[in-house]
Amino acid sequence: MALLQISEPGQSTAPHERRLAVGIDLGTTNSLVATVRSGIADTLPDKQGRHLLPSVVHYRQDAEPEVGDAALEAAADDPLNTIASVKRLMGRGVEDIKRLGNLLPYEFSPGASAMPRINTAAGERSPVEVSAEILKSLKHRAEATLGDMLTGAVITVPAYFDDAQRQATKDAARLAGMNVLRLLNEPTAAAVAYGLDRAAEGVFAIYDLGGGTFDISILRLNRGVFEVLATAGDSALGGDDMDHAIADWMWRAAGMNEHADHKLQRRLLRDARAAKQALTDAQSVPVQVLRPDGSFWHGTLARTTLEQLVDPLIDRTIAPTRRALKDAGLKAHDIQEVVMVGGATRMPRVREKVETFFARTPLTSIDPDKVVAIGAAIQADILAGNKPDNEMLLLDVTPLSLGLEIMGGMVEKIIPRNSTIPTVRAQEFTTYKDGQTALLIHVLQGERELVSDCRSLARFELRGFPPMVAGAARIRVTFQVDADGLLSVAAREQGTGVEATIVVKPSYGLTDSEIEQMLRDSITHAGEDNEARNLREQQVDADRILEAVRTALNADGDKYLDRDEHAAIDTALAALHSARAGTDVAAIKQAAAVVDQVTQAFATRRMDASVRTALAGHRLEEFKG
Amino acid sequence: MQADLGKNYFELFNLPVSFDVDPVELATRYRELQRRIHPDRYASASEPERRLSLQLTAQVNAALQTLKDPVARARYLLGLQGVDTGEDTDTAMDKAFLMEQMELREGLTKARQETDRQPHLADLRQQVDEQFESRSALLRTCFSTHSESALRQARNLVREMQFLQKLAHEVEELE
Repeated sequence: MALLQISEPGQSTAPHERRLAVGIDLGTTNSLVATVRSGIADTLPDKQGRHLLPSVVHYRQDAEPEVGDAALEAAADDPLNTIASVKRLMGRGVEDIKRLGNLLPYEFSPGASAMPRINTAAGERSPVEVSAEILKSLKHRAEATLGDMLTGAVITVPAYFDDAQRQATKDAARLAGMNVLRLLNEPTAAAVAYGLDRAAEGVFAIYDLGGGTFDISILRLNRGVFEVLATAGDSALGGDDMDHAIADWMWRAAGMNEHADHKLQRRLLRDARAAKQALTDAQSVPVQVLRPDGSFWHGTLARTTLEQLVDPLIDRTIAPTRRALKDAGLKAHDIQEVVMVGGATRMPRVREKVETFFARTPLTSIDPDKVVAIGAAIQADILAGNKPDNEMLLLDVTPLSLGLEIMGGMVEKIIPRNSTIPTVRAQEFTTYKDGQTALLIHVLQGERELVSDCRSLARFELRGFPPMVAGAARIRVTFQVDADGLLSVAAREQGTGVEATIVVKPSYGLTDSEIEQMLRDSITHAGEDNEARNLREQQVDADRILEAVRTALNADGDKYLDRDEHAAIDTALAALHSARAGTDVAAIKQAAAVVDQVTQAFATRRMDASVRTALAGHRLEEFKG
Repeated sequence: MQADLGKNYFELFNLPVSFDVDPVELATRYRELQRRIHPDRYASASEPERRLSLQLTAQVNAALQTLKDPVARARYLLGLQGVDTGEDTDTAMDKAFLMEQMELREGLTKARQETDRQPHLADLRQQVDEQFESRSALLRTCFSTHSESALRQARNLVREMQFLQKLAHEVEELE
């Protein structure tokens, strides 16, 4: 029986204070922010009542960048400084971007860096920085609406995003000053939004055709636990491609052969998108094209023509769908419900084709643009600790196999695709030459056998082990993927204990010091009082720690701690509490680190106890049987 | 102090170290563990708890992958007893087994050329499955008799089953 606890005066925190957490859908075309208020998850509109924030950033020479609708309006007049669809560039190298070709009407800086940078009126900008502007805008919207700072955010990513793309997304959040509770796969978020967790059991398919990406995920629900069985997709296929197909058709119909210039291309794409949307209800729509000589072409786009244009694109979603079903060991008729996500699934033709494939009517009751953000908000609310009794658990998987380069330019897979995360796998390798004292570890992601066909994530060296004959060294390489799907790799020579560890940072990603530099730069540019903001962020962080440890102490303090240990933790908490009341950011950080350190043994005992509790019930069941 | 992280895969699930694992029991225990230890349960916890939750969940996920597959499970069991199955280094196999494999592979090549593959593939699949199942039964016996020779036989069986698994996978790819 636990003794009642009396807190020091001024130390009590309101126990049921809701922590402000949001879900963010950082989309190719539009982004949204949602939160749970009074038990209901909904997206937050801006002051003008608009929920969708166009994922567009307009850079200006001597002013803060514009984001969203204002930026979109500038697109036609100032295309080179207006960055749209930046999600397609996230985690991509300069070479990848060349392959995207004329889809992206920007000028890239010709610099030596492997990371693409776009030339803008405000200087060179990386895709991560552009995304951070979008996130900042959503953060401001949420904080203005909710009236306080956010504790954290769940940001969604396509399930098919590789490690580099996920890392880039997390970097953008860091740059925007956000605490990322979790990167959540978009299809999983959609399943949560539809409340499929309240269904008893079943297998669900989430068909997500957005502006720039296609994802298909197969999920199994079993007593509140969602397991992603398989996921597949195409990270460069979406509604934007349909717009391009329509624009090309219009351009050719207008009798033009050469490519349109940036300005005309923008206009053409805008009109193509409008025509596509109008054809959701109409059977045909009038279209017009402005030619370079200033004359207009007028014509009609019929729904049947549209279908001919988009059918090849929709058909490209079927192969990944088959692959996902196959990986899950299922057939189309095993699927209980199909959830539609993404603006492109509004097209009747898409719904028709999906319905034919699965032989069932897909779920479309939640706005396909909002469904992901709503699911992310529900998950953010749970992760922030606002729903301690919630039983839902999401078990996600790695979308692509992870491995390393071995002799002959081949890839040895360490973690196969569709492994449940977090996960850890280790494998031993050896040296190839006599006297070898270093080993290059080349980390790759992909399904193919040749290094050249996979995505290179990182290279690092393990050096300094003593020379041995070929094959005598035993190098154990450990891959760990965390709950956000991010990889870290460690290598250790078993005989000597020589070690090297890296968190995988793609060569075309940002280094930690670059991010820090950018943070400093943004601080000097932004108008607000950043010192105060930085302090406030540290205080929010300190509150989080204080509350986490106090909750743990209340629950288990007397069970797993002796008097001295308990006193040591109390002292550390009191120190953090008083540091938090001051204005010294470094002192708060230092006090927080001490709390971490003195609570380690306590954390381990609690975790051990959780494991025992989890398994205890089963021994009882065995006795019953 | 981190007792759980040093446990072997069977101990993590509190199951006896044995080749016989009830898949339903394994799945239930897995879910119960995940409910208690998954990082989502610790998203607002202290840093030490978040770290432990990540490490432990990663172990449990890796353990499940190994324990639910009979070949991986047998290989792991042999490893616990100091026997390396050495699929990468030791390529010597039983002659009769290799002959059988060549026949099956020829069947696969033939099936590939047929216009109506399905009956051929189904037939192949059945043969592969039968060979796999008979070895699986033998393996069970080997692991229940604790002798040097039984371990040696288990090692051979695992290596052969690995071959059969690969073949089954290739048949599947064509289906």
